[in-house]
Order: sequence, then C-alpha cells, then structure tokens
Amino acid sequence: MSGHSTYQPQNPALQWLEKRLPIGGLIHSSFIAFPTPRNLNYWWTFGGILSFMLGVQIATGIVLAMHYTPHVDFAFKSVEGIMRDVNFGWLLRYLHANGAAMFFFAVYVHMFRGIYYGSYKEPREVLWILGVIIYLLMMATGFMGYVLVWGQMSFWAATVITNLFSAIPGVGDAIVTWLWGGYAVGNPTLNRFYSLHYLLPFVIVGVVVLHIWALHVTGQNNPAGIDAKSDKDTVPFTPYATIKDLFFMACFCIVFAWFVFYIPNFLGHADNYIPANPAVTPAEIVPEWYYLPFYAILRSIPDKLMGVIALFSSILILAFLPWLDTSRVRSGRYRPLFKQFFWLWVIACIGLGWLGSKPPEGIYVVLSRLFTVYYFAFFLIILPLLGIFEKPKPVPNSISESVLEAKGAKA
Amino acid sequence: MTMHRTIIALTLAGGVAALAAPAMAQEQQVPPPRQSWSFAGPFGKYDQAQLQRGFKIYREVCSTCHSMDLLSFRNLADAGGPGYTEAQAAAVAAEYKIKDLDDKGEPIERPGRPADHFPAPFPNALAAAAANGVAPPDMSTLAKARTYQRGFPWFVFDIFTQYQEQGPDYISAILKGYKDTPPAGFTLPSGGNYNEYFPGHNIAMPKPLSDGQVTYDDGSPQTLDQYSKDVAAFLMWAAEPQLDARKRIGFQVIIFLIILSGLLYFTKKKVWHEVEKPRETAHGQDPAKTSI
Repeated sequence: MSGHSTYQPQNPALQWLEKRLPIGGLIHSSFIAFPTPRNLNYWWTFGGILSFMLGVQIATGIVLAMHYTPHVDFAFKSVEGIMRDVNFGWLLRYLHANGAAMFFFAVYVHMFRGIYYGSYKEPREVLWILGVIIYLLMMATGFMGYVLVWGQMSFWAATVITNLFSAIPGVGDAIVTWLWGGYAVGNPTLNRFYSLHYLLPFVIVGVVVLHIWALHVTGQNNPAGIDAKSDKDTVPFTPYATIKDLFFMACFCIVFAWFVFYIPNFLGHADNYIPANPAVTPAEIVPEWYYLPFYAILRSIPDKLMGVIALFSSILILAFLPWLDTSRVRSGRYRPLFKQFFWLWVIACIGLGWLGSKPPEGIYVVLSRLFTVYYFAFFLIILPLLGIFEKPKPVPNSISESVLEAKGAKA
Repeated sequence: MTMHRTIIALTLAGGVAALAAPAMAQEQQVPPPRQSWSFAGPFGKYDQAQLQRGFKIYREVCSTCHSMDLLSFRNLADAGGPGYTEAQAAAVAAEYKIKDLDDKGEPIERPGRPADHFPAPFPNALAAAAANGVAPPDMSTLAKARTYQRGFPWFVFDIFTQYQEQGPDYISAILKGYKDTPPAGFTLPSGGNYNEYFPGHNIAMPKPLSDGQVTYDDGSPQTLDQYSKDVAAFLMWAAEPQLDARKRIGFQVIIFLIILSGLLYFTKKKVWHEVEKPRETAHGQDPAKTSI
C-alpha cells in the first residue's frame, strides 16, 4: 500500500481514453499518488470537509430551488410549503440552512489553521489569496441565501447591508438604487438575489478548483512549516489522507446532524419566521452568526463611511497577510510570541462575534472598539514587527525529524 | 512576557465586565418559566390528546381573531399530528364555510374540504387591524417566531441540552401573564393590557383565556394553566408539523454516524499503522532494510 505510484490503466477502454484525454492520470496524481506530509494533524482535514459541505449545499440547494418561488408574495409561503408539503422538504431546508453555518464554521477553522501554521507564506501566497476570494464569495452567497426566505430578518438584513453602499460619497445612493432595482428592497431585489445565489456557488466551485490546483503545485504546508525534502517526509494521499479525512468528516457530520435534527433553529433568528413586512422594523436587526464579528467592527465606528471602510478592510486585509507577516518561520509552533498574539486575536474575533449580537450601547461599544483596534493592530503592527524582533525556536531539519521529536517527547 | 500577561489580564477583565452587562440589559423582559413538553429532547413526540385539546381551544377562542393560513384541514389527519382520522378531518372541514366561485364565476360559500386552508377571520390585514387595533399575528409559524433572550452562557448550554422550546414557553407564559392592575409606577396606555411576560408589558390582546372557559371531553383539568400549555403545544405542532419524524430519523442518523465514525477510526488506525509504527510492521527489523 505504501510507496508512490504512477497511473498505468490495465483496462483497454481506460488506456484508449488516457491517450486522448488523460483525466484518469490527473485524478490519480491529484487524489491518489499526491504526496502529502506525513505529520498533518486533524486541523488539515477541514479542506476536505469544506469540499464536502460545498457539495451538500449545491445538492440540497438544487432540489430546494425546484420548490421555491422567488416572488415577494410567495417566497415565504413557498419555503413553508417546502417545510410542510414537500417530501423530506424539512430535511432539505434544515440541511441547507444549517449546512451554511457548518460551512462557515469549517472555513473559520480552516483559516485559523492557515494563519497559525503560516500556510499563506511563500510559496503559497496565491493559494491563500484564492482562499480569501472563496471566503468573499461565500459571504455574498450566504447573505443572499438568507434573504431568499423573505422573513422579517431576511428583509431587514437586505435593507441594512445594501444600505452600507449609500455611505460612498456622491454615488452612494445611486449605487443602492441600482442594487435594489428600485427605490426600496423589493421584488427585483429578491429576483436578482435568487439568480446570484444560484450562480455564485458554481463560481465558488471554479475558484476551489484553482485553489486545489495551486495547492498541488506548491504542496501542502504542515504543522512543522517546513518543506517535504524526501519520500520519507510524505505519504501518498490515498489511502492515508483519504481515510483520515473520511474519519474526521464522519465526526463532523455528527455535529452537523445534531444541529439539523435536534436544534435546527438554534442558529436562526425567531423573527425570520415572521413574513417580511416593510412597514414594521424589528426591535433588533442581527445578521447570521458568521457575519457578527464584521458587524461589530462596522458598528464600533461612529462614522458610517469609516465604519463601512473598516468592515471591508477587515476582510480584505487577509489578502495582504503574506506580506504583512515578515517572519521567515512559517509555523506558529516555533514562534513563542506569535503564538500568544495569535490566540489573543482568536479571542478578539470570537469576542467581536458575541458583541455583534448585542445592542451597540454602553460597555458593548467600548469592548467592540477595543477588540477592533486589536484586530487591525494584529495585522498592521504586531505581525510586521514580530518578524523583526521575535527570536524563533530552532526549526527541525525535516518533517520526519519533527515526527521523531514529537514521538520522543511523548515517550 | 509581562506585557503579554497584562494583555491577557485586560482581556479577561473585559470579559468579566461583558458577562455582567447582560444581566442589567435583560431586565426589560421577564424570562418565561420553563414548562415540561412531551416534544422536548431527543426522543420528544407530540402528545396527540394535548394537540386535540389545543385545537379545540384554537377553534373556540383563538380563531375568532387569529388566522392560520398555512395549515389545511387535511393536516389534522397527518402522521405526527393531533391523530384525527381522515373522516374526522373532513368532518371538521365541512363545518367551515369557504368562499369560492361557482362554475358561472359567481361568488358562493360552500362547506370546507380537507384540502382547504383554514379560513382567516378577517378578509385582509387592514380589516384585522381595524377591528383589533393591531392585526393579530398569523398563528401558522407563531411558536417558532416567538422567543426570548437566553443570554450568555445559557445559549451555549442550549446546544447540548437541546432546549428549543422557548416559543411554547413564551406563549404559555403570555396566556397566564395577565394582571388586572399593573404594578405601582407603571402607566398603562389606554386600550392596552398589562402582561408580565410581554416585552414592554403593554399588550394589545385582551386576556383571551380563563379557568373553565373551554370544555374538555377527556377529563383534563379545565384550568388556565392547562389551557395555556395545550394551546402552546398545538401551536408548536402548527409551526413544526414534522417534528416527530425529524427527531426519530435524527436518532437513527446519529447512531449510524457514530458507528461509521468508529469503523473509520479503526480503519484509519490500521492504514496508518505502518507509518506510525514502522518497526512493529517490519516484525522488529529496521524498516529501511525490508521491502516495506
């Protein structure tokens, strides 16, 4: 089973195809023979989990689209029709709604892992930037999908988020009218959101292909953050990575199933079971949990335009991470100071998430500002300076050496 | 090092202050008392007798003002529902008058059929608002559309305890939360009613249920307490009619996934054995000198 193989089909039909379109060889070299570092931990299984979740979202979404009506008068009713009258419609919808949350949860783990182990550093800058693009597309897709339900929170989230663009001086109002397709969020808005919500997942698939392509050019990073130097440092993707990914994917599905079957509305907002009503503003307008940190950043700044700039910068800053981090050592494992600042940053992100769900008053505003300042300082001050002042611990010579070291420490 | 300790200390201090804050903010809404529901938890199921009693209250009391647009009479005979037979559901439907057109296009009223939706008490939202001050909310999804703030850390525990019955708890609390005289210092606007559990305490709906108001055929106590629970359970079913199937299938899926994960774990152990313990695989020899 071990060892690195090449693709030599025995079947004559496959040999015939391979001479004309070497797709078998591509699949073999990408998902079977592809050398993967032998020291990967379970944090590396989230890439596979994310591909799986994208598949779940597309599969459930296509069936939901067969039963959904994108019209302001029928959208809410058609969703309830799916819940009540479509065979297993409740299951499809809860899988899709909770699947979005699981998708974001997995992407956040994937991103935190990438940052901790320096997966964005040379030569993986393009791989990382493609990941940031996927994340932006996911945010747009998730937001538009939430609007399709056409409950109170759907409608008012659409109003608040599209209104962000009105902060742009001069052309802001014209842009918002253009986005809405009218002078308020209405039927044209719902229709274009539906169209884009169906389109963007396939754009995501395209960028994911590029993301995996770039990954297979540079090879995977690993917890030691050093390049594989020989066959001893790697194992073939199949069976080693496949079985490990499958095992953790099954564990992940237990959590997913827990939400879908037992607490399907836990992550949603009760107000979204009230049909959209432009005449009644809900007591509080809260986005889905996965946008809350950015919502907190937006509201922590008193000026609307500056708030919107901070919101978009907080996401776009990720694309510049490969150049903001000046340290030559990839893995946080060998960076004693970085480690501490990293975990503080994780706390700041989670803290901002919690604050985003709270009303913008009193202590909440103070904390939001504190965490926002730290969020940006981490990228703009701490990471550039750490590379200069931090004294990293000695990095092992090879992956197999780091594995032996870890074993020695255990024994 | 000291600098980082300071940062951590500051963060923790901030966190403690943040935990203390919601206690003050939430004083506006009194959390409704937790009830025990047959449909709570991983093996929860609707209690058919309770749903039938709740439906009786809906028909005799709620439906004079509240619509329930998304439900049809046939739903009364659906699996996991109040457990009426199809004939009983058809008989209930026949008691209602449904507006329709005859084959000449003239408006008529005909007896309801199982496929008909429950008719609304008012022709439209404006008429409902004109008659009641505020349009009474539709009851189809009401039990999922009402909740109360759980606050940190309770909302985290709810993931594990599966507490999902905030809606019915809130609805039954509202039905029992009316007070004839508001507490001293509270000025009730004219036309309002004081309710302990309603956010802001001023509710437009007058007290709808009192002891002995609805006659039960099954010997259950005819008390406000019992009424409030029965109708809240009925509304939960109306909002989530597939709950029984969801929880039953969920248990099967989770058991399957646990077994699958276990099998995959041992397969993974087996596959990785030669990488993790090469010497053992090579029967004690140096793996580099074998063909492995």
